Amino acid sequence: MDAIVLQILNGLDKGSAYALIALGLTLIFGTLGVVNFAHGALFMIGAFCAVTLSRIINWSYTTISETEKNFLGEPLEVQVPYVHDWFGVAAGNTLIDWAVPLAILFSIPIMLAVGYIMERGLIKHFYSRPHADQILVTFGLAIVLQEVIKYFYGANPIPTPAPEVFAGSFDFGAMLGFDPNTIIYPYWRLVYFAFAAVIIGAVFAFLQFTTFGMVVRAGMADRETVGLLGINIDKRFTIMFGIAAAVAGLAGVMYAPINSPNYHMGMDFLVLSFVVVVVGGMGSLPGAVLAGFLLGILESFASMAAVLDVLPGLNQIIIYLVAIIILLTRPRGLMGRKGVMED
Amino acid sequence: MSKSNFTRRGVLKSGAVAGAGVALPTIFTASSAAAYMNEPTGGSVTLGFNVPQTGPYADEGADELRAYKLAVEHLNGGGDGGMMNTFSSKALQGNGILGKKVEYVTGDTQTKSDAARASAKSMIEKDGAVMITGGSSSGVAVAVQALCQEAGIIFMAGLTHSNDTTGKDRKANGFRHFFNSYMSGAALAPVLEKMYGNDRKAYHLTADYNWGYTTEEAVKSSTEAMGWETVNAVKTPLTQTDFSSYIAPVLQSGADVLVLNHYGGNMVNSLTNAVQFGLRDKEVNGKNFEIVVPLYSRLMAKGAGANVKGIFGSTNWHWSLTDEGSKAFVRSFGEKYGFPPSQAAHTTYVQTLLYADACERAGTHNPCGVAEALEGFEFDGLGNGPTLYRAEDHQCFKDVLVVKGKENPTSEFDLLEIVEVTPAEQVTYAPDHPQMGGADASLGTCNDGA
Repeated sequence: MDAIVLQILNGLDKGSAYALIALGLTLIFGTLGVVNFAHGALFMIGAFCAVTLSRIINWSYTTISETEKNFLGEPLEVQVPYVHDWFGVAAGNTLIDWAVPLAILFSIPIMLAVGYIMERGLIKHFYSRPHADQILVTFGLAIVLQEVIKYFYGANPIPTPAPEVFAGSFDFGAMLGFDPNTIIYPYWRLVYFAFAAVIIGAVFAFLQFTTFGMVVRAGMADRETVGLLGINIDKRFTIMFGIAAAVAGLAGVMYAPINSPNYHMGMDFLVLSFVVVVVGGMGSLPGAVLAGFLLGILESFASMAAVLDVLPGLNQIIIYLVAIIILLTRPRGLMGRKGVMED
Repeated sequence: MSKSNFTRRGVLKSGAVAGAGVALPTIFTASSAAAYMNEPTGGSVTLGFNVPQTGPYADEGADELRAYKLAVEHLNGGGDGGMMNTFSSKALQGNGILGKKVEYVTGDTQTKSDAARASAKSMIEKDGAVMITGGSSSGVAVAVQALCQEAGIIFMAGLTHSNDTTGKDRKANGFRHFFNSYMSGAALAPVLEKMYGNDRKAYHLTADYNWGYTTEEAVKSSTEAMGWETVNAVKTPLTQTDFSSYIAPVLQSGADVLVLNHYGGNMVNSLTNAVQFGLRDKEVNGKNFEIVVPLYSRLMAKGAGANVKGIFGSTNWHWSLTDEGSKAFVRSFGEKYGFPPSQAAHTTYVQTLLYADACERAGTHNPCGVAEALEGFEFDGLGNGPTLYRAEDHQCFKDVLVVKGKENPTSEFDLLEIVEVTPAEQVTYAPDHPQMGGADASLGTCNDGA
């Protein structure tokens, strides 16, 4: 029983990342009709916003240590962060420690701008082209962004830890009445789940309860009519692209402490998120969220040793297997709308 | 009216013969004048450095390339000579190889076997490389080694740790200086016994490919031999990034040691996840829970950050060694590039010197002559103490380092500390050891491509 609870927790956690990326992906598809294969790269750029802010806060000057030696036996060069001088050592260290949460604020304008530039600069030229062209150009863009990041940050993963208070794990099981030490879960992963829930809730509330959201939803349903009413729907859709980029970026920022960011982390998530969108139903926002959590949980269960003993290799195929079954029985996906991608 | 002698059938026949002639593989045939494949005829000799310049191991490949360039500089008489001054063999004069200036070409393996073979083939065919060296993965090393065997070129393996490279897939033209999975297991087991006792339950997570299997097998057999029990061994996909669903069940399994048979990004992520799940703070079966990483690399330790603290593993070489060879290499590399070399850089530098030295001693670049000079060659002064290039499987036998993630690192390079130097005798095995392909494994015969 405890093993099942643990894997559900794991699934929800994995699902949060899938859902956040898939949400942006389906939002872009639903509004602009573009299949954006560069969305994984936006997630990756988000994670590197955390890396960058952490480096900015850690910006240091060099002093020569009088006592310590470096590997060549010469006096050791010690890096002293400027924040130590500006705010004192204690406050400076707190700033350094809290780099990842601070990166949330830092990343939003950057991701909105990246999304805006990407849409205006490249993707808008491909609106009237077939989906295959859009996939090729966005996939190419993803590779370019990846290589740019690799050029500046290298190919190795860069450790970007969460604040000290969230390090380690707590006994979730004891809280639920299980034996102690059976269900241990890292704090930061619970934070990630809660954060994802807030972001998903915020996106839905924005679309549901604001005039802007209402117009966007109307545009998604019938773009032409909304245009005829004299509303500049293209501008709103561009903004939605920026918002989708920001959602993927935030997912990446908060993911940085879970796995050290590297330049190809976006690709690792892209394919899965795409399956999530297809299973959830192209263009359906609740479908993306539902499918994200569903596939996350299934993947976690499939990687349990007990399951792998019976069906070795299931962990590698489960997501695609479920995708095939769902698409065979419900070709539009779990919550897909009629007429989407069916012409 | 002229009468043509061409008939439809005749044209087809001659076309087929011509076509077959063109289609015949033109590669890997030494020109008729040459005695062996890519015999250097001018004043220079070309070496082919085949390393990952793109892809996930690009940083490791970059360090290998730095070491190769340094080795070429030293061979040609430049710089301070590095380990050439401490090498027990004095055949190298700093005037290139056999008086010919050393030049090099590079290829990008992308850590993919097909790309690595393509770049090696191009360096052999187009650039006339007389030796190929490099690689940051066993899959790549085994693939390129087989290609070099076929081509009649010497292959000096870079970073490859799978038993198979000099085990079941050994080749007469291939040589490995780096240690292997068996040696890691044999070196680690006594240290683990001393630190954690002989009543332990181990849980293995293993990367689902060749290197993962041989490492799991090696660590399992050496730890079981000292009394440990293996509770479970789970294969994880190579593409896995989040290991939470594999790590979470570990505590419920009753295991008190987790062995991560992972390398590269896999290792960074699985170790980070294991520490996040608080495994290291737990007590199971009345003992502290421990994590072991059989193959450590400084570059990977850097990726995992503070999570490596106190975790045991093994490594081929470390820059903090204080023998004269290591000191000379660290000084030479450090002064040129500003930071200490990695174990990947060390093994590739050493392999280049060993190749050049073998040519000098054999008096030829002919791969079969070079192979003969390397077989059974005993040397010292290259950072690992007295070393033997065993004739039966072309594997180097030398001391293995057991290391631990440092508790208080002073810099980003100072992440590992040496716990024990396991003597070569303790990690030596029979050439027909079951983990090395058993009695069926054979080098075959040397191919000089003539």
